[in-house]
Amino acid sequence: MAIDFELSEGSKLAQSHYHAVAQEQMRPISRKYDLAEHQLPVEWVDYWWNEGRSGPKERSGKPNDGFITVCLQAEELCWGDAGLYLRMPTPALGGSAVSAAGTKEQQKRFMSAFREEGGHPIWGAMAITEPQAGSDAAAIETTADFDPETEEWILNGTKIFCTAGEGASTADGGFIVVWATIDKSAGRGGIKSFVVMANTPGMELIGCEKKLGIRASDTATLRFDDCRVPKENLLGSAEVRKKDPTQSGDKGFKGAMATFDASRPIVAAMATGVGRAALDFLKEELERQGITIRYDAPPRELTAIERDVIEMEADLQAARLLTWRAAWMMNKGKRNNLEASMAKAKAGLAVTKITQKTVQILGPVGYSKKLLVEKWMRDAKINDIFEGTQQINQLIVARRILDYPSAMLR
Amino acid sequence: MIDFEPSEEQALIIETVHQFAENEIRPVCREADESGTPPKSVVEAAHELGLVANALPEAQGGGGERSAMTGVLIAEELAWGDLAIALAILSPGLLGFPLSDFGSESQQSDLLPGLMDAGFVPGSLAIVEPRFDFDVYHPHTIAKQDGDEILLDGVKCQVPWLDGGRHLVVIATEAETAGLAAFIVPRNIAAMKAEPELMMGLGGLPTVELTLSGVRVPKSARLGADDADIRRLIDRGRVALAAAGIGTARASFELSLEYAKQRETFGQPIATRQAIAFMLADMAIELDGARLLVWEAAAALDRGEDATRLARLAYDQTTRISLQVTDGAVQVFGGHGYIRDYLPELHLRNVAGFASFEALTLI
Repeated sequence: MAIDFELSEGSKLAQSHYHAVAQEQMRPISRKYDLAEHQLPVEWVDYWWNEGRSGPKERSGKPNDGFITVCLQAEELCWGDAGLYLRMPTPALGGSAVSAAGTKEQQKRFMSAFREEGGHPIWGAMAITEPQAGSDAAAIETTADFDPETEEWILNGTKIFCTAGEGASTADGGFIVVWATIDKSAGRGGIKSFVVMANTPGMELIGCEKKLGIRASDTATLRFDDCRVPKENLLGSAEVRKKDPTQSGDKGFKGAMATFDASRPIVAAMATGVGRAALDFLKEELERQGITIRYDAPPRELTAIERDVIEMEADLQAARLLTWRAAWMMNKGKRNNLEASMAKAKAGLAVTKITQKTVQILGPVGYSKKLLVEKWMRDAKINDIFEGTQQINQLIVARRILDYPSAMLR
Repeated sequence: MIDFEPSEEQALIIETVHQFAENEIRPVCREADESGTPPKSVVEAAHELGLVANALPEAQGGGGERSAMTGVLIAEELAWGDLAIALAILSPGLLGFPLSDFGSESQQSDLLPGLMDAGFVPGSLAIVEPRFDFDVYHPHTIAKQDGDEILLDGVKCQVPWLDGGRHLVVIATEAETAGLAAFIVPRNIAAMKAEPELMMGLGGLPTVELTLSGVRVPKSARLGADDADIRRLIDRGRVALAAAGIGTARASFELSLEYAKQRETFGQPIATRQAIAFMLADMAIELDGARLLVWEAAAALDRGEDATRLARLAYDQTTRISLQVTDGAVQVFGGHGYIRDYLPELHLRNVAGFASFEALTLI
């Protein structure tokens, strides 16, 4: 065990496999579904469900790099198309929540359908954000009240910005993990996660957002109107936890927040994929114009473009390595709250700058919808916002390096 | 398999060097910067650690353990103590590594053992030139064959010049090939004038502007390195310097973190204000990101791969972020960041030179 930057064989295999998937399955329909914003990308969804999700064929037996390999998959597929990536029929964040906070029985019950061959595509999703609460997740107002006669939880409230919310709420067998409070006065101690199966009465898909980018992703608004879920769908123990101010942050809220430590590196990897798409294209276009990037030219001789490209490459690579570090810590079972936030903050910032700069450098060509460059700039921006805004991640990093509780630094 | 954890051996090296930096280097860094030279006792004590000797060839008395990764770990910790003193301590490598990589058997046996003697013998390397348009790959210092000798003409700057040094490496453009070449030159040669120079920073490392006017060296003074070899040496220099830059910036960052937690304004530590806290967070993120680039470049060097691009990315990023970090530290310290009673202004002055440094240290 020592510092090592060589990807294992399994990782390299995954990298080239998913790159091919991105190139062959995603890029050809990238513009189509960016324009047809609310249309289901059937070619991609069917491909993924029937073929894509089994992964590279020659995988077994080859060592890989654990969560780093997962990051490589995310990076390659988002190099393909970030919106389509988020439209994949997969457990996604809903699955992460179930894996992080669910009992063994719940994991089996909710996740098996995703592993079965055949059938129709299904989605998992997570619904947290509400019109008045995003970064401040503890301020959500969707309520869950227990009905002791039927032993069901009754959900009431509205969720917005739920990624894959349309698929997850309407395709039988899929589910949405919904955050709701069983006691508003208990603050975060009262927040629980509930698995709501697709087509549960009382859960209504209001519609999907029209967005700046990742237009192929179904970003849904869901209304819960006396939506009843069985008590076995409360993630974690089935034991009813009433308000208890002495019990700070029980597994409910904390367990859910820990999900983000696991998903942040993946989101950072997604961002890296979009940034790389822009950078790869820029370098190819420059080559076509007879411009190569000289890594060994003296600074005073570098053209402005070369200087920009070298800076973008360095930033992107820094983001990628920070992401791998956060993922590697997960491999080692180490707490990676600080590192995951560093990766997410850097990646979001870096790819925003990279994609915006690429559009600028390419001039009118970068601005035209004839190319995907302008789309990548629009797609990149969300990475600075969802799953923890850049500012929230800066706040987390600051608190950790200063060793300050949240009360000391808001 | 990707791994970000130093081995046990690497961790021990980091710990040892860090202790040395904390106990021996840090307390004297201001004095060194003001006086223009590192205290002799510190470089002698560091020499005892054998940090450079350990990487030199076994056949000549060294440890034979050459590793770019180990080198960057060492460089970061020493520079965390102080950049100028770190470069002084590592200066034997400026002679030692080119000799190891490109020296003939007789060149090696003549000069390497001297670097590993009981007392500290500094090394030196002349590469940068005092020109706005300086191109490290096409220096204006020319080496021309003249019978059995080689004539060297040109002007170099930023040449480390510690007391007691006997030889230096001069990087020149070889007239016959128009490519880079390296020569071993005795320091006391008459046709070479060494003029002490003062720079914005690196006060604790004596450097000179070197004027070579028809300096004559025997053909045997040429190192067996061609243009491609010297380019690789330049890459190694960049990776090593970048590691030192990270160390300096890290020192700056840690001081500002500590300061921000105890300095109060309007009744609370300034670290509780987002403007300050976010600056510190950004410093931490950029530092960690740049360090990983340095490690990646070092790993590539150790695998024997062409690391020009990675070295460039690592060096450029470090140049950018170390300025961001040290400038940020001065800012966090406010008025106290501006006076020489505190270290942030020293760190800022030191890293400002990165835009022009080349091969001030090697791994």
